[in-house]
Amino acid sequence: MHEEQIRLNPRIEAESEDTFLQGVKDCIPTLLGYWSIGFAAGVIEQTAGLSVAEIALLSLLLYAGSAQFIAAGMIASSPPSVIVITIFFVNLRHLLLSAALSPYLRHLSPLRNMGIGALLTDETFGVAMNKALVQPRLSERWMHGLNVAAYLNWLFANLAGAYLGRWITDPERFGLDYALPAMFIGLLVLMTVSRKQVAMDSAVAVLAALIAIAVSLSLGGSWGVIAATVTASAIGVVIERWKR
Amino acid sequence: METLTIRWDVLLIILGAAVVTFIPRVLPLMLLSRIELPHWAVRWLHYVPIAVMAALIGQALFVREDPWTLENHIEWLAAIPTFLIAIRTRSLLWTVIAGVAAVMLLRGSLALLPG
Repeated sequence: MHEEQIRLNPRIEAESEDTFLQGVKDCIPTLLGYWSIGFAAGVIEQTAGLSVAEIALLSLLLYAGSAQFIAAGMIASSPPSVIVITIFFVNLRHLLLSAALSPYLRHLSPLRNMGIGALLTDETFGVAMNKALVQPRLSERWMHGLNVAAYLNWLFANLAGAYLGRWITDPERFGLDYALPAMFIGLLVLMTVSRKQVAMDSAVAVLAALIAIAVSLSLGGSWGVIAATVTASAIGVVIERWKR
Repeated sequence: METLTIRWDVLLIILGAAVVTFIPRVLPLMLLSRIELPHWAVRWLHYVPIAVMAALIGQALFVREDPWTLENHIEWLAAIPTFLIAIRTRSLLWTVIAGVAAVMLLRGSLALLPG
Protein backbone atom coordinates (compact mmCIF):
# COMPACT_ATOMS: atom_id res chain seq x y z
CA MET A 1 0.00 0.00 0.00
CA HIS A 2 2.73 2.44 1.03
CA GLU A 3 4.80 1.55 -1.99
CA GLU A 4 1.93 2.30 -4.31
CA GLN A 5 1.38 5.73 -2.84
CA ILE A 6 5.03 6.56 -3.22
CA ARG A 7 4.98 5.51 -6.84
CA LEU A 8 1.87 7.54 -7.67
CA ASN A 9 2.69 10.78 -5.94
CA PRO A 10 5.67 12.22 -7.88
CA ARG A 11 3.54 12.69 -11.01
CA ILE A 12 1.39 15.50 -9.65
CA GLU A 13 3.55 18.26 -11.11
CA ALA A 14 3.77 16.49 -14.48
CA GLU A 15 0.81 18.43 -15.88
CA SER A 16 2.85 21.60 -16.38
CA GLU A 17 4.95 19.79 -19.02
CA ASP A 18 1.90 18.85 -21.05
CA THR A 19 2.39 21.18 -23.98
CA PHE A 20 1.09 20.85 -27.54
CA LEU A 21 4.56 19.69 -28.58
CA GLN A 22 4.60 17.00 -25.88
CA GLY A 23 1.27 15.74 -27.27
CA VAL A 24 2.84 15.54 -30.74
CA LYS A 25 5.80 13.62 -29.27
CA ASP A 26 3.52 11.20 -27.42
CA CYS A 27 1.81 10.47 -30.74
CA ILE A 28 5.05 9.26 -32.36
CA PRO A 29 4.84 5.60 -31.20
CA THR A 30 1.47 5.27 -32.98
CA LEU A 31 2.64 6.83 -36.27
CA LEU A 32 3.90 3.63 -37.86
CA GLY A 33 0.42 2.26 -37.28
CA TYR A 34 -1.29 5.31 -38.82
CA TRP A 35 1.06 5.25 -41.82
CA SER A 36 0.64 1.58 -42.60
CA ILE A 37 -3.12 1.45 -41.97
CA GLY A 38 -3.71 4.81 -43.68
CA PHE A 39 -1.57 3.74 -46.62
CA ALA A 40 -3.48 0.47 -46.91
CA ALA A 41 -6.79 2.40 -46.67
CA GLY A 42 -5.65 4.78 -49.44
CA VAL A 43 -4.68 1.86 -51.69
CA ILE A 44 -8.02 0.13 -51.12
CA GLU A 45 -10.02 3.36 -51.61
CA GLN A 46 -8.13 3.99 -54.85
CA THR A 47 -8.83 0.44 -56.05
CA ALA A 48 -12.53 0.97 -55.24
CA GLY A 49 -12.58 3.79 -57.80
CA LEU A 50 -12.43 6.85 -55.55
CA SER A 51 -10.62 9.96 -56.81
CA VAL A 52 -7.76 11.53 -54.87
CA ALA A 53 -10.02 14.44 -53.85
CA GLU A 54 -12.67 12.01 -52.58
CA ILE A 55 -10.04 10.07 -50.61
CA ALA A 56 -8.77 13.32 -49.06
CA LEU A 57 -12.32 14.31 -48.05
CA LEU A 58 -12.97 10.85 -46.64
CA SER A 59 -9.91 10.94 -44.39
CA LEU A 60 -10.47 14.59 -43.38
CA LEU A 61 -14.22 14.36 -42.60
CA LEU A 62 -14.78 10.71 -41.63
CA TYR A 63 -11.30 10.08 -40.16
CA ALA A 64 -11.90 6.51 -39.02
CA GLY A 65 -9.83 3.59 -40.31
CA SER A 66 -12.23 0.68 -40.16
CA ALA A 67 -15.13 2.82 -41.44
CA GLN A 68 -13.07 3.98 -44.42
CA PHE A 69 -12.25 0.37 -45.31
CA ILE A 70 -15.97 -0.40 -45.10
CA ALA A 71 -16.95 2.62 -47.21
CA ALA A 72 -14.45 1.58 -49.89
CA GLY A 73 -15.73 -1.98 -49.84
CA MET A 74 -19.42 -1.05 -50.13
CA ILE A 75 -19.34 2.00 -52.39
CA ALA A 76 -19.73 0.09 -55.65
CA SER A 77 -22.58 -2.15 -54.53
CA SER A 78 -24.64 -0.53 -51.74
CA PRO A 79 -26.96 2.51 -51.57
CA PRO A 80 -25.68 5.51 -49.54
CA SER A 81 -28.20 4.92 -46.72
CA VAL A 82 -26.96 1.37 -46.06
CA ILE A 83 -23.32 2.50 -46.06
CA VAL A 84 -24.03 5.35 -43.62
CA ILE A 85 -26.01 3.12 -41.22
CA THR A 86 -23.30 0.44 -41.24
CA ILE A 87 -20.64 3.05 -40.48
CA PHE A 88 -22.82 4.44 -37.69
CA PHE A 89 -22.82 1.06 -35.93
CA VAL A 90 -19.13 0.42 -36.51
CA ASN A 91 -18.27 3.80 -35.01
CA LEU A 92 -20.76 3.63 -32.15
CA ARG A 93 -17.95 2.36 -29.93
CA HIS A 94 -16.66 5.94 -29.83
CA LEU A 95 -19.56 6.64 -27.43
CA LEU A 96 -17.80 4.43 -24.90
CA LEU A 97 -14.33 5.83 -25.57
CA SER A 98 -15.62 9.39 -25.32
CA ALA A 99 -17.44 8.60 -22.06
CA ALA A 100 -14.38 6.88 -20.56
CA LEU A 101 -12.24 9.89 -21.40
CA SER A 102 -14.68 12.45 -19.99
CA PRO A 103 -13.66 12.29 -16.28
CA TYR A 104 -10.19 13.56 -17.23
CA LEU A 105 -11.48 16.51 -19.27
CA ARG A 106 -14.16 17.72 -16.89
CA HIS A 107 -12.29 20.98 -16.32
CA LEU A 108 -13.07 22.08 -19.90
CA SER A 109 -16.26 23.61 -21.32
CA PRO A 110 -18.56 21.46 -23.54
CA LEU A 111 -17.43 23.37 -26.63
CA ARG A 112 -13.76 22.70 -25.87
CA ASN A 113 -14.60 19.06 -25.20
CA MET A 114 -16.25 18.95 -28.63
CA GLY A 115 -13.00 20.16 -30.18
CA ILE A 116 -11.13 17.31 -28.51
CA GLY A 117 -13.75 14.62 -29.16
CA ALA A 118 -14.03 15.45 -32.86
CA LEU A 119 -10.61 13.86 -33.48
CA LEU A 120 -10.95 10.91 -31.07
CA THR A 121 -9.64 7.58 -32.41
CA ASP A 122 -8.88 4.16 -30.88
CA GLU A 123 -5.19 5.00 -30.89
CA THR A 124 -5.31 8.53 -29.47
CA PHE A 125 -7.75 7.21 -26.87
CA GLY A 126 -5.25 4.50 -25.89
CA VAL A 127 -2.41 7.01 -25.59
CA ALA A 128 -4.59 9.44 -23.60
CA MET A 129 -5.82 6.75 -21.19
CA ASN A 130 -2.23 5.68 -20.61
CA LYS A 131 -1.44 9.26 -19.64
CA ALA A 132 -4.58 9.49 -17.49
CA LEU A 133 -3.28 6.62 -15.33
CA VAL A 134 -0.72 8.91 -13.72
CA GLN A 135 -2.58 12.21 -13.56
CA PRO A 136 -6.09 13.29 -12.52
CA ARG A 137 -6.77 15.39 -15.62
CA LEU A 138 -5.51 15.76 -19.16
CA SER A 139 -4.33 19.07 -20.59
CA GLU A 140 -6.20 20.53 -23.56
CA ARG A 141 -3.02 21.60 -25.37
CA TRP A 142 -1.55 18.13 -24.96
CA MET A 143 -4.74 16.50 -26.32
CA HIS A 144 -4.72 18.84 -29.35
CA GLY A 145 -1.05 18.05 -30.01
CA LEU A 146 -1.77 14.32 -29.91
CA ASN A 147 -4.94 14.63 -32.04
CA VAL A 148 -3.59 16.98 -34.71
CA ALA A 149 -0.40 14.94 -35.16
CA ALA A 150 -2.48 11.80 -35.66
CA TYR A 151 -4.96 13.59 -37.98
CA LEU A 152 -2.32 15.05 -40.32
CA ASN A 153 -0.35 11.81 -40.49
CA TRP A 154 -3.54 9.92 -41.30
CA LEU A 155 -4.32 12.30 -44.19
CA PHE A 156 -0.74 12.04 -45.44
CA ALA A 157 -0.82 8.23 -45.35
CA ASN A 158 -4.19 8.06 -47.14
CA LEU A 159 -2.94 10.34 -49.93
CA ALA A 160 0.31 8.38 -50.24
CA GLY A 161 -1.77 5.21 -50.62
CA ALA A 162 -4.03 6.93 -53.20
CA TYR A 163 -1.05 8.03 -55.32
CA LEU A 164 1.25 5.03 -54.94
CA GLY A 165 -1.50 2.43 -54.77
CA ARG A 166 -1.49 2.08 -58.54
CA TRP A 167 1.85 0.30 -58.32
CA ILE A 168 1.24 -1.79 -55.22
CA THR A 169 -0.97 -4.71 -56.01
CA ASP A 170 -0.51 -6.69 -52.81
CA PRO A 171 -0.08 -4.70 -49.54
CA GLU A 172 -0.86 -7.84 -47.51
CA ARG A 173 2.39 -9.48 -48.63
CA PHE A 174 4.25 -6.98 -46.43
CA GLY A 175 1.97 -7.58 -43.45
CA LEU A 176 0.69 -3.99 -43.67
CA ASP A 177 -2.86 -5.02 -42.78
CA TYR A 178 -1.57 -6.34 -39.44
CA ALA A 179 -0.45 -2.93 -38.16
CA LEU A 180 -3.94 -2.25 -36.76
CA PRO A 181 -4.37 -5.41 -34.64
CA ALA A 182 -0.72 -5.17 -33.51
CA MET A 183 -1.32 -1.64 -32.27
CA PHE A 184 -4.43 -2.74 -30.37
CA ILE A 185 -2.34 -5.50 -28.74
CA GLY A 186 0.31 -2.97 -27.75
CA LEU A 187 -2.25 -0.57 -26.27
CA LEU A 188 -3.99 -3.36 -24.33
CA VAL A 189 -0.73 -4.66 -22.85
CA LEU A 190 0.54 -1.17 -21.96
CA MET A 191 -2.70 -0.30 -20.17
CA THR A 192 -2.93 -3.60 -18.29
CA VAL A 193 0.68 -3.48 -17.14
CA SER A 194 0.47 0.06 -15.80
CA ARG A 195 -2.94 -0.27 -14.06
CA LYS A 196 -1.56 -2.83 -11.57
CA GLN A 197 -4.70 -4.97 -11.43
CA VAL A 198 -3.55 -7.52 -13.97
CA ALA A 199 -5.83 -10.37 -12.86
CA MET A 200 -9.10 -8.40 -13.13
CA ASP A 201 -8.06 -6.63 -16.33
CA SER A 202 -7.02 -9.91 -17.96
CA ALA A 203 -10.32 -11.53 -16.98
CA VAL A 204 -12.32 -8.64 -18.48
CA ALA A 205 -10.12 -8.66 -21.61
CA VAL A 206 -10.51 -12.40 -22.25
CA LEU A 207 -14.25 -12.14 -21.65
CA ALA A 208 -14.57 -9.16 -24.02
CA ALA A 209 -12.62 -10.96 -26.75
CA LEU A 210 -14.74 -14.11 -26.43
CA ILE A 211 -18.04 -12.17 -26.50
CA ALA A 212 -16.87 -10.09 -29.48
CA ILE A 213 -15.98 -13.26 -31.42
CA ALA A 214 -19.22 -15.04 -30.49
CA VAL A 215 -21.48 -12.08 -31.33
CA SER A 216 -19.63 -11.22 -34.53
CA LEU A 217 -19.86 -14.79 -35.79
CA SER A 218 -23.57 -15.09 -34.99
CA LEU A 219 -24.97 -11.59 -35.65
CA GLY A 220 -22.40 -10.01 -37.96
CA GLY A 221 -19.40 -7.81 -37.32
CA SER A 222 -20.77 -4.41 -36.42
CA TRP A 223 -22.41 -5.38 -33.12
CA GLY A 224 -19.67 -7.56 -31.69
CA VAL A 225 -17.36 -4.89 -30.32
CA ILE A 226 -20.16 -2.84 -28.75
CA ALA A 227 -21.90 -5.81 -27.12
CA ALA A 228 -18.60 -7.19 -25.83
CA THR A 229 -17.47 -3.88 -24.35
CA VAL A 230 -20.75 -3.18 -22.56
CA THR A 231 -21.10 -6.72 -21.16
CA ALA A 232 -17.50 -7.45 -20.20
CA SER A 233 -17.10 -4.10 -18.40
CA ALA A 234 -20.35 -4.70 -16.50
CA ILE A 235 -19.18 -8.19 -15.46
CA GLY A 236 -15.93 -6.58 -14.29
CA VAL A 237 -17.92 -4.29 -11.98
CA VAL A 238 -20.01 -7.22 -10.68
CA ILE A 239 -16.90 -9.31 -9.87
CA GLU A 240 -15.40 -6.30 -8.10
CA ARG A 241 -18.47 -6.05 -5.81
CA TRP A 242 -18.41 -9.79 -5.13
CA LYS A 243 -14.82 -9.83 -4.01
CA ARG A 244 -15.45 -7.10 -1.43
CA MET B 1 -10.98 9.05 -62.80
CA GLU B 2 -9.88 12.70 -62.66
CA THR B 3 -7.80 13.41 -59.57
CA LEU B 4 -10.01 16.27 -58.38
CA THR B 5 -13.42 14.85 -59.27
CA ILE B 6 -15.96 14.70 -56.44
CA ARG B 7 -19.18 12.92 -57.36
CA TRP B 8 -22.44 13.95 -55.69
CA ASP B 9 -23.39 10.49 -54.43
CA VAL B 10 -19.89 9.95 -52.99
CA LEU B 11 -20.01 13.35 -51.30
CA LEU B 12 -23.39 12.41 -49.79
CA ILE B 13 -21.95 9.17 -48.36
CA ILE B 14 -18.89 10.97 -46.96
CA LEU B 15 -20.99 13.70 -45.29
CA GLY B 16 -23.52 11.23 -43.87
CA ALA B 17 -20.80 8.94 -42.53
CA ALA B 18 -18.95 11.93 -41.07
CA VAL B 19 -22.04 13.14 -39.17
CA VAL B 20 -22.93 9.73 -37.69
CA THR B 21 -19.28 9.33 -36.64
CA PHE B 22 -18.91 12.84 -35.20
CA ILE B 23 -21.92 12.61 -32.84
CA PRO B 24 -20.85 9.56 -30.76
CA ARG B 25 -17.33 10.97 -30.63
CA VAL B 26 -18.27 14.29 -29.05
CA LEU B 27 -21.60 13.79 -27.25
CA PRO B 28 -20.42 11.94 -24.09
CA LEU B 29 -17.46 14.29 -23.69
CA MET B 30 -19.76 17.33 -23.95
CA LEU B 31 -22.49 16.02 -21.62
CA LEU B 32 -20.58 13.97 -19.05
CA SER B 33 -18.20 16.80 -18.33
CA ARG B 34 -21.18 18.68 -16.86
CA ILE B 35 -22.66 16.01 -14.60
CA GLU B 36 -21.20 13.89 -11.79
CA LEU B 37 -21.39 10.16 -12.50
CA PRO B 38 -22.50 7.56 -9.90
CA HIS B 39 -19.79 5.28 -8.49
CA TRP B 40 -20.83 2.15 -10.42
CA ALA B 41 -20.73 4.10 -13.70
CA VAL B 42 -17.19 5.29 -12.95
CA ARG B 43 -16.11 1.70 -12.21
CA TRP B 44 -17.81 0.53 -15.39
CA LEU B 45 -16.05 3.18 -17.47
CA HIS B 46 -12.81 2.09 -15.82
CA TYR B 47 -13.07 -1.29 -17.60
CA VAL B 48 -14.22 0.08 -20.96
CA PRO B 49 -10.77 0.78 -22.46
CA ILE B 50 -9.51 -2.73 -21.64
CA ALA B 51 -12.70 -4.34 -22.93
CA VAL B 52 -12.90 -2.39 -26.19
CA MET B 53 -9.24 -3.07 -27.09
CA ALA B 54 -9.63 -6.79 -26.32
CA ALA B 55 -12.86 -6.95 -28.33
CA LEU B 56 -11.22 -5.26 -31.34
CA ILE B 57 -8.29 -7.71 -31.09
CA GLY B 58 -10.61 -10.74 -30.81
CA GLN B 59 -12.55 -9.62 -33.85
CA ALA B 60 -9.46 -8.80 -35.91
CA LEU B 61 -7.78 -12.14 -35.15
CA PHE B 62 -10.60 -14.65 -35.15
CA VAL B 63 -13.56 -13.40 -37.20
CA ARG B 64 -13.06 -14.58 -40.76
CA GLU B 65 -15.52 -15.16 -43.57
CA ASP B 66 -12.98 -17.10 -45.59
CA PRO B 67 -12.70 -20.88 -45.39
CA TRP B 68 -10.56 -22.42 -42.64
CA THR B 69 -7.09 -22.64 -44.15
CA LEU B 70 -3.75 -22.07 -42.44
CA GLU B 71 -3.19 -19.07 -44.70
CA ASN B 72 -6.29 -17.31 -43.36
CA HIS B 73 -5.34 -17.91 -39.74
CA ILE B 74 -1.77 -16.78 -39.37
CA GLU B 75 -3.10 -13.59 -37.72
CA TRP B 76 -3.59 -15.20 -34.35
CA LEU B 77 -0.32 -17.14 -34.65
CA ALA B 78 1.43 -13.81 -35.19
CA ALA B 79 -0.36 -12.43 -32.13
CA ILE B 80 1.77 -14.66 -29.87
CA PRO B 81 5.15 -12.98 -30.62
CA THR B 82 3.35 -9.62 -30.78
CA PHE B 83 2.01 -10.06 -27.23
CA LEU B 84 5.41 -11.26 -25.98
CA ILE B 85 7.24 -8.29 -27.49
CA ALA B 86 4.63 -5.92 -26.05
CA ILE B 87 5.06 -7.36 -22.54
CA ARG B 88 8.85 -7.44 -22.89
CA THR B 89 9.50 -3.99 -24.39
CA ARG B 90 6.38 -2.10 -23.24
CA SER B 91 6.75 -0.08 -26.42
CA LEU B 92 3.97 0.55 -28.92
CA LEU B 93 6.38 1.05 -31.79
CA TRP B 94 8.27 -2.23 -31.24
CA THR B 95 4.98 -4.07 -30.85
CA VAL B 96 3.71 -2.86 -34.23
CA ILE B 97 7.04 -3.64 -35.90
CA ALA B 98 7.07 -7.13 -34.36
CA GLY B 99 3.48 -7.82 -35.45
CA VAL B 100 3.96 -6.66 -39.05
CA ALA B 101 7.28 -8.54 -39.32
CA ALA B 102 5.75 -11.72 -37.89
CA VAL B 103 2.90 -11.67 -40.41
CA MET B 104 5.25 -10.91 -43.29
CA LEU B 105 7.56 -13.80 -42.31
CA LEU B 106 4.69 -16.23 -41.74
CA ARG B 107 3.05 -15.37 -45.07
CA GLY B 108 6.44 -15.49 -46.79
CA SER B 109 7.37 -18.92 -45.44
CA LEU B 110 3.88 -20.26 -46.12
CA ALA B 111 4.26 -19.21 -49.76
CA LEU B 112 7.46 -21.28 -49.94
CA LEU B 113 5.72 -24.47 -48.84
CA PRO B 114 5.01 -26.91 -51.66
CA GLY B 115 1.38 -27.43 -52.70
